[in-house]
Amino acid sequence: MTYSPHTDADRALMLEAIGVSSVEDLFADIPASVRAGSWSIPAPLAEQEVRAELTRLAGRNRAPEVSFLGAGAYRHLVPSVVGEVIGRPEFSTSYTPYQPEVSQGTLQSIYEFQSLICELTGMEVASASHYDGATAMAEAALMACRLTRRHRVAVSAGVSPDYRRVLETYCSGPGVEVITVPIDLAEGGSGTTDPDVAAGALADDVACLVAAQPNFYGQLEPVRALADAAHAAGALFVAVVEPTSLAILQAPGDYGADIVAAEGQPLGIPVSFGGPYVGLMAARMASVRQMPGRLVGATRDVQGRKGYVLTLQAREQHIRREKAASNICTNQALMALAATAYLTAVGPAGLREVADLGMTQARHLVGALEAAGVAERRFSGPYFAEVTVRVVDAARRHAVLAERGIVAGHLPGADEPELRDTLLLATTELTTDADIERLVSALEETA
Amino acid sequence: MSVAEAPERRDASGRGAAFSGAAGGEELTIVEPLIFERSRATRRAVRFPTASARARERGAGQPELPASVLRSEAPRLPEVSELDMLRHFNRLAHLNHAIDLGFYPLGSCTMKYNPKVNEWAARLPALAESHPLDPEALSQGSLELMWLLAELLKEISGFPAVSLQPAAGAHGELTGLLMARAFHRANGEGETRTKVLVPDSAHGTNPATATMVGYETVTIRSNERGGIDLDALRAALGPDVAALMITNPSTLGIFEDQIDQVAAAVRESGAIGYMDGANLNAILGRYRPGEAGFDVMHFNLHKTFSTPHGGGGPGAGPVGVSSRLEPFLPVPLPVLVDGDPDEVRRNAWAGRSTPRARFALDADRPQSIGKVRLFYGNFGMFVRAYTYIRSNGDSGLRGISDDAVLAANYLRMRLHDVYDLPYDRISKHEVVFSGRRQKRQHGVTTLDIAKAILDHGIHPPTIYFPLIVEEALMVEPTETESLETLDHFVGVMRDIAARTESDPESIKRAPMTTPVGRLDEAAAARRPDLRYAFGADAGAAAPATPPEAPTRGAPTA
Amino acid sequence: MSYPDDLRYSKEHEWVRADGSQSTIGITSFAADELGDIVFLELPETGATLKQFATFGVVESVKAVSDLFAPVSGTVTEVNEALRDSPELLNSDPFGEGWIARVELADPSELDALMDAEAYAAETG
Repeated sequence: MTYSPHTDADRALMLEAIGVSSVEDLFADIPASVRAGSWSIPAPLAEQEVRAELTRLAGRNRAPEVSFLGAGAYRHLVPSVVGEVIGRPEFSTSYTPYQPEVSQGTLQSIYEFQSLICELTGMEVASASHYDGATAMAEAALMACRLTRRHRVAVSAGVSPDYRRVLETYCSGPGVEVITVPIDLAEGGSGTTDPDVAAGALADDVACLVAAQPNFYGQLEPVRALADAAHAAGALFVAVVEPTSLAILQAPGDYGADIVAAEGQPLGIPVSFGGPYVGLMAARMASVRQMPGRLVGATRDVQGRKGYVLTLQAREQHIRREKAASNICTNQALMALAATAYLTAVGPAGLREVADLGMTQARHLVGALEAAGVAERRFSGPYFAEVTVRVVDAARRHAVLAERGIVAGHLPGADEPELRDTLLLATTELTTDADIERLVSALEETA
Repeated sequence: MSVAEAPERRDASGRGAAFSGAAGGEELTIVEPLIFERSRATRRAVRFPTASARARERGAGQPELPASVLRSEAPRLPEVSELDMLRHFNRLAHLNHAIDLGFYPLGSCTMKYNPKVNEWAARLPALAESHPLDPEALSQGSLELMWLLAELLKEISGFPAVSLQPAAGAHGELTGLLMARAFHRANGEGETRTKVLVPDSAHGTNPATATMVGYETVTIRSNERGGIDLDALRAALGPDVAALMITNPSTLGIFEDQIDQVAAAVRESGAIGYMDGANLNAILGRYRPGEAGFDVMHFNLHKTFSTPHGGGGPGAGPVGVSSRLEPFLPVPLPVLVDGDPDEVRRNAWAGRSTPRARFALDADRPQSIGKVRLFYGNFGMFVRAYTYIRSNGDSGLRGISDDAVLAANYLRMRLHDVYDLPYDRISKHEVVFSGRRQKRQHGVTTLDIAKAILDHGIHPPTIYFPLIVEEALMVEPTETESLETLDHFVGVMRDIAARTESDPESIKRAPMTTPVGRLDEAAAARRPDLRYAFGADAGAAAPATPPEAPTRGAPTA
Repeated sequence: MSYPDDLRYSKEHEWVRADGSQSTIGITSFAADELGDIVFLELPETGATLKQFATFGVVESVKAVSDLFAPVSGTVTEVNEALRDSPELLNSDPFGEGWIARVELADPSELDALMDAEAYAAETG
């Protein structure tokens, strides 16, 4: 199935206008030695055939019956209305709004997105999006290096191991050293970063301290004290946050964050085997010129009508080229629109309900596991909606449950050997009481 | 200017009278308020159930959240009904031009039709709801799709290995240069090879990426034929060069007819050859960089492979690499662990599964550059691209380039008498004109021409890129536009060229029929207003009075 | 096009008005016109040392960004704070209100390496 409308007559007409006898003449300038040989690509498929092929592939996936998996991607309700909004072809089949007069839909929705992210995070400026939470965090760390003119970054081990791997890759570019600040992994310990330990790692050549709230293990970090420790050392504090938690938890701008990075997937974006997601980044206005990514600003047109434009573009690659803060061009605009639609659809009350339900079910889960004697919390202290529990023989039992269609969360032991016999369990507003009962029973059966 | 002299309002845009722009003294157009301005306390759209009493009971006795970590005030998210919300976004949508509404010949962006069966596929719940960390046994369909897509991209590009991980073309460039550096380090040349060469016609992401990887950018001039100057390239290559980044066809839409010598010179000097694959739409089935001496190329799935641009993303920028770069690919890599790859491919091309086949994610790659992002890539775009490639198939893919190149050359021949053509050669899929004549003779710039095109319901071509062409106007029609659409565009462009001579002021006043007119970008940058000011008047940071209208032709009542 | 004849000009389109060992520097109208509407200027700090022909700041317009190259060596004694809020002065009055910094000259003979108004006019065609 092809999408070119041209008939043989159309092609003949064009060839004649060009003055060549065949389309081959238009490729005559390819040196003979590098002309492509034959390739092994299958024959075209009609629509019903291609649908059958995709159905075949989809059919090879098995949806779990019950899942407590989070660890960076979360199953939330994607309201029907969100799909309607991002399904509008005027949003999905348009380009970056470089011609603002015919792109006010995109531009205004990005302005609304920027406003929402600032409101959630308590920061003064938010970019139009980054690829994902990890690359947003990495770019935030590099931004801190530019702002402070220092060349090392400190990151708490409470930040997701995969986020830290992406940070290492990005920092390897300009040769920025990454120092990892350990967290208290002991049984019954806090599972968080000790501000004194962090302070010890912050030499005067460290640009920033990066910590996550809640952290990868679900624990709530002493973020105010961590921000203070960073500032005392002349470094910036980069907070990596979970967006639905911001319905309840203090905005990072209020506890001293200088730059905020986050993964926006929980805001109306399906888990979709890892992408596309949306990276959120926010900062203070004073640092805006060092912030990568697109920005939309309000202005007026020649008649005084309010309108929106891409602005401060002189930071970006198409103008600054080798002096640009980042090479980012295409970002995740349609996913940012999904987040905007989601936050509008749920509103403050709905986001609060999402956060409350997730937290309530997490506590319900812990209570049920402890009552059954199959698991207990690894760490002490408050947590949000994801929790690390001690389970004897976790890896084996996780595998057995998986075969039964129960995904008992994530195994942190793969990255952190000290957490070998634990499970990282996430709950959301979609977690039912029955799901919890199933998990508890299944764990009892595999003891 | 009196009302009697006001220009006749012509709305050729097809957008309809409701959204026509004002031309002095008339009712202003519909302005859609910000969603915050529609907000009313306690209105709601989506609701959630309440937690059960049992749940609360069971969960009692857990550590409380200390007051110090709690928010003092709820975030001021909009409070609107679902209907009001939908109307808001639908009305915003009406303010956009899009491929689905009209011609969008943006050079270098490949704004081809985005097939809807691709959307159907991406929405299949088993694919859309598959969690990236699910046990691999539950994700065999997702993994097989990624593996098959990589196989197809290898065939298309001639590279033996592919990573789907990068999220966009620029991200692919970053990945490619990080691999180049890892390669040089492995050969003990990491400290000595410090430079990246780019042609003067390069896209801005190329030098920006070089900087992100700690390289110095050296610019190589183009020759009078619009190709990279081979002598200048050879002079610049040396033991201190890590890579050449080149686009082929170039950003001028011209095939580098010495590309074989370019690739050879780069290889011989020990540098890595990076091919920017943005212009792949021109050469499908005709030229494969992977078998032509290059080491790495990024694909733009949102260009060549029809995934929607989304107003600025998401895209996807997979990379193909030569065997000497393969060890450095990002982790993890989808691999076939059980089964014969030939059999799996044969079956898949015939629409069959291979029951014995088992796919997995291979993270055991000791020389990998690591991860460039979370998880495995923009999977939703893989589904769309795979659907597209399977739909088109062998002959369809070749046909794409044939028709894209035909259409671009057709436009070249129909317009080269009225717009300067800096490089009078056969184009590939895009053609670059210059508005130099219009500027010098009538003071009408390419920007003015672009704004005039807007009044016809057509998105302007890319303007002011590449930098080596004065007043550049880059037109890429793609293969999905009918002859009528192309002829209409020709008519519009010829009309604008004629009016540039007879009535230049009419061009400089454009656009006249869009929802807003030309916007004051200087004010937006000087006094940035980047978010809604809650509690103040809407847009309090914006200037209270409209800026002085530019003297060139703005109508006054 | 003629330029103020009491100034000296560099190839990078900066000007200097010397007055004994003190001077004032800025960018020319040619540079400002090329850049278009200027939106931001990264000013040097008072006390900063400038080296002739080395970069000392950045000027940004809506569509372009450009380094600033010092036309003379010396110490910055004052910067034009008005440019922080009103960078458009560089477009409207580049030789007057749009001055960038006052510089104490390290070596007044450096002025000989710069062009006079006539030579600069010829240079910019």
